[in-house]
Order: sequence, then C-alpha cells, then structure tokens
Amino acid sequence: MLRRLFPHPLLSLLLVIFWLMLVGRPALGSLVMALILATAIPLLTARYWPDQSRLYRPWLLPPYLGLVLVDVIKANFQVARIVLFWPPERIRSAWVAVPVTLTSPEAVSILAGTITMTPGTLTADISADGKVLLVHALHAPDPDALRDEVATRYEARLKRIFEP
Amino acid sequence: MSLLIDIALAALLILSGLFGLIGSWGLLRLRDPMQRLHAPTKATTVGVGAAMLAAALALPWANGSFSLGEVLVAAFLYLTAPLTALYLARTHMHRTVDRRSLPQPGTGARWASQDDTLDDA
Repeated sequence: MLRRLFPHPLLSLLLVIFWLMLVGRPALGSLVMALILATAIPLLTARYWPDQSRLYRPWLLPPYLGLVLVDVIKANFQVARIVLFWPPERIRSAWVAVPVTLTSPEAVSILAGTITMTPGTLTADISADGKVLLVHALHAPDPDALRDEVATRYEARLKRIFEP
Repeated sequence: MSLLIDIALAALLILSGLFGLIGSWGLLRLRDPMQRLHAPTKATTVGVGAAMLAAALALPWANGSFSLGEVLVAAFLYLTAPLTALYLARTHMHRTVDRRSLPQPGTGARWASQDDTLDDA
C-alpha cells in the first residue's frame, strides 16, 4: 500500500527537500505543498520509471558526489589549459569504447554523467545491450589508461553503492 | 572583515567570468565539433558555480537573509549539462560522423543510436 502510494521514496524525499529549498523559508503551507508534489510527481511519472533500483550503500553517495565535484573543478582547469595554451595539432582526441559492468540503469546513467563532467571526456553513446559506453576524449594519448581510470575511480565506487 | 569578504566575492566573480570566457574561446579555437563540445560543457560549469557561490555568500552578508536557491541552480546545471552534451554529441554523430570510424562495442551489439532494431532509436 505504502509502496503503491510512493513508488520512488528517494525521489519523493528529494522533491520535498528541493521544494523547501526553492521556497527558501520554512512554513507549514510550504511543507504541505511539498508533500503534495512529492506524492503526485512520482505517481504521475511512475509509468516511465517502472523498475525500482535499490541503493545498497546510500551513505557512500555523498562521498562519491564530493569526489566528482573535486574532479569537475580539476577538469575545468585541465580543459582551460588545453584550450588556452596548446597548439591545436598537439591535441590527440580519440573515441574510446569503455566497457561497463554495472547492471542498474540508474548507476550506468550516473557513470555516464560523471564521465561527461570530468577530465576531458564526454559520453556520446551506449551500446544497445547496455554493456559499453562510447566516450570521446579531448586529449587521450593512452585509451587504456582512460578505461582503467573510469573502472577504478568511478565504476568501482558506484558498484559499492548500487550493488550488494 | 568587510574588505576580506569583498575581495573573496570579487575573486569568485572574476574566476566565473574567466571560465565563461575560456569556454567561449574554446568554442572558437578548437577545430573538430566533438572537441568543441568539451569546452562549453566543462569550462562553464566552474564559471556558473563560482557565480552562484558568490551570490549565495553575498546575500547573507548584504541584508542578513539567506537563500538556498543558488545551490539549486548549480545542482540542476550539473544534472542537465551531461544530457545537453549527450544530445549535441548524438546529433553531430548522426549527421556527420562516419559510423565506421567509431570503435565497435565488441560485445556483438551495436551502438544504441545506430541500432535500427530499437524502436526508439
């Protein structure tokens, strides 16, 4: 019964938090509105998100986001350096196929988003069976190093969050 | 104390402007459309982030009120930037990239945007 009313409890929780942040001041009326939205939106969108993905270790998500934030800032400086100072012919861009062993679609989406936001790499496509990501690298003289970095730095952490 | 805050805010705003400029400069300077995509999707995230941080710090300092709206702007930007980049990359690949020049997945499947058997491709 409760599960049918809240098909995605985490989404409902985030909606409440986002709405209260958006309103900006605590008030009973805002909380009621937040609860209405947190009930209605997951119900209305449940058909497009039928499967429930379980977070096995949700407490590892904030450290992961922190790591990604630091990497995003580093990525900005790296890309800025390449854009400003490198002669165009020195930039070795490459397409790299990065294998993925994560199974939950949510985890793969987060990995793809992380790749796009971090050092000089951008997710462009996924294989039809969902097992390989097509990544474009701004400067990747060594594609194998890139595959290793994705696997050890991001995928391993996501695996601990999303899989038992 | 006030001077220190002013200096910090000014530094954040200058950083923000610099990264916005670098992102646009990269768009002009890089040669291949896929390379160009890297500059604005990344270089501007710190630009907007620094501007939002400055705004979030300036408001409580100026009139004592407090707002979390800036955090939301940055959060939604970071959520949507990868999707924008993905759609731009796909459109570009669809129109101009020779699919034989791409590496293959190696699992027997094809890339999703090139697989005609998927009904939403």
